[in-house]
Amino acid sequence: MTLFAKTTTAMEPEAPGWRTRLAAWTPFLVIAPSLVASFVYVFVFCGWTLYISMSNSSLLPSYGFVGIQPYIDLWSNLRWKIAYSNLFFFSGFYVVLAMLVGLALAIAIDQRVRGEAIWRTIFLYPLAVSFVVTGAVWRWIYSPDVGIEHFVRGFGWSDFTFRLTTDRNLAIYAIIATGVWQSSGFAMALFLAGLRSVDPDLVKAAQIDGASRFRIYRKIILPTIAPIFVAVAVVLLQFAIKTFDLVVALTNGGPGISTTFPANYVYDLMFQRGQINIGAAAAVMMLAALAVVLVPYSLWLVWRRRKEGRAYG
Amino acid sequence: MVDAAYEAEYLAAARTEARRYALGRIGVYAFLTVFAIIYLFPLFVVVANSFRQLPEITRNGLIAFPRSFSFEAWPRAWAHFCVSGACAGIHRNFYNSLMMTVPATLISSLLGALNGYVLSKWRFRGSELLFVCMTLGVFMPGQIALMPWAFVLGHLHLSNTIQGLILIHCVQGLSFTTLFCRNYYISIPDDLVKAARIDGAGFWRIFYKIILPLSPPILIVTVIWQFTGIWNEYLFGVVFTDGSQQPITAALVALATSQMNARAYDVTGAAVLIGALPPLLIYFLGGKYFVRGLTQGAVK
Repeated sequence: MTLFAKTTTAMEPEAPGWRTRLAAWTPFLVIAPSLVASFVYVFVFCGWTLYISMSNSSLLPSYGFVGIQPYIDLWSNLRWKIAYSNLFFFSGFYVVLAMLVGLALAIAIDQRVRGEAIWRTIFLYPLAVSFVVTGAVWRWIYSPDVGIEHFVRGFGWSDFTFRLTTDRNLAIYAIIATGVWQSSGFAMALFLAGLRSVDPDLVKAAQIDGASRFRIYRKIILPTIAPIFVAVAVVLLQFAIKTFDLVVALTNGGPGISTTFPANYVYDLMFQRGQINIGAAAAVMMLAALAVVLVPYSLWLVWRRRKEGRAYG
Repeated sequence: MVDAAYEAEYLAAARTEARRYALGRIGVYAFLTVFAIIYLFPLFVVVANSFRQLPEITRNGLIAFPRSFSFEAWPRAWAHFCVSGACAGIHRNFYNSLMMTVPATLISSLLGALNGYVLSKWRFRGSELLFVCMTLGVFMPGQIALMPWAFVLGHLHLSNTIQGLILIHCVQGLSFTTLFCRNYYISIPDDLVKAARIDGAGFWRIFYKIILPLSPPILIVTVIWQFTGIWNEYLFGVVFTDGSQQPITAALVALATSQMNARAYDVTGAAVLIGALPPLLIYFLGGKYFVRGLTQGAVK
């Protein structure tokens, strides 16, 4: 490999040899395999699934074109409608609550508390653990037989009920609460980094003017870190749309079909029910949901960068 | 007289200010403590129950002060317990996860570093566009790639193998590691590379002598990120492997959701902890960098 380096050291005056030419191509040769892999992964795979979603595939993929029929079947399916409305409901609560808790924790930690690293570690460790583990443990805690209900009844309150995961109307809240538990530390970390990036002189000036702490946060610090709110919201929405393992481990879509999510629906249709085309259509809808979130966000980022470029350049 | 009045007023004001400050401090610590208890509670539950005896758990519930001690659940979860038909515990799944995560993490991090190097220091016409296309992979939901992967793995004879999962995670991880490394290398001054080129150093020499020695901070981030992400991944593991080939996440779901094992809290607790230990260990060792990795992309 050092061969390439040698050729350029000896400034040969004669026509470039094969080594020099190879050296010129090295960067491209290095990146080519990754480029091909990524290109296939992003474009070919998406296109492929898009085609399958308009094909007559059932138990195995096949390539007879049937147009948008699978999408019509998908949207007339009750379970898919539940999955989709669950996604909306979950995303709203999950994103807002995780951001609120995360922001509150970040502001609290930002008050020059002692042992900051310890607090941060406590709030962030759930993120290192898989949704599978989180789901399995919280499944126990929600369980009526041995979890919180059993615990409170042990104090003599014998008709106390706490049955989130076994009630079809409440199970979604169990998923929301667990999701918030897992992700609010992530929001906290981002908010904390944002709070630390605020210009201290700005805050000092406001303090000298006699502004209260609350007012400083509301009027100066939080508006300055507004872009971070958007970033956190986008990342959390992305997590929400991809929600899969958490539901599998926590409720497995139940009771009944009440906590089905789009990702679970895709998996079920493709691998349990042999309706690959409808499953693919559902996967395409997931991609569409992500695009609805990410395309405006990236456009906004580009717009903001341009604006900043103009302001300072 | 006037001075004394002022002084008294000043002291009173200072006292209320001090009291308000103290109350504020107490409020902040109380708030943090309440949330810390909520965050640590599940960890406490699962650790405590993995060391209790099963009859005592079923009698007193999972949320109770441990009144019995037993180390039995750990070896059972590791080597003897029955999960989805086989009675060998989860040690094979643990090894599977290790055999999958370590190579996939190393390969995707190394390729990401090389790609980031090319895309930041050896730009060519269209390289920016290629970079954007590569990073699109970060956002793709795994579900949309399931069918194509099934086809590709089938044709490469990698169905139901750890190698197949390594391939998937390498390709999927590339977009992420490339994005991080490229954004990091951009901040290394181009003049450094230019000077080296004038001195006659080639592509590889610059990579070994200049870029790689500057890389540890970003490589730690990508390694931690990839390791925890791949170890914790469930979808591909459950779709493309079964039985003794499954990674640990799939085995844990099989264990935790099966009706037969529903009441084996002690063993499930130990198994869940075994499955959570490697990423937790990585996180505690490199937590500082983990946070940095998380925040890097979004705060900029």
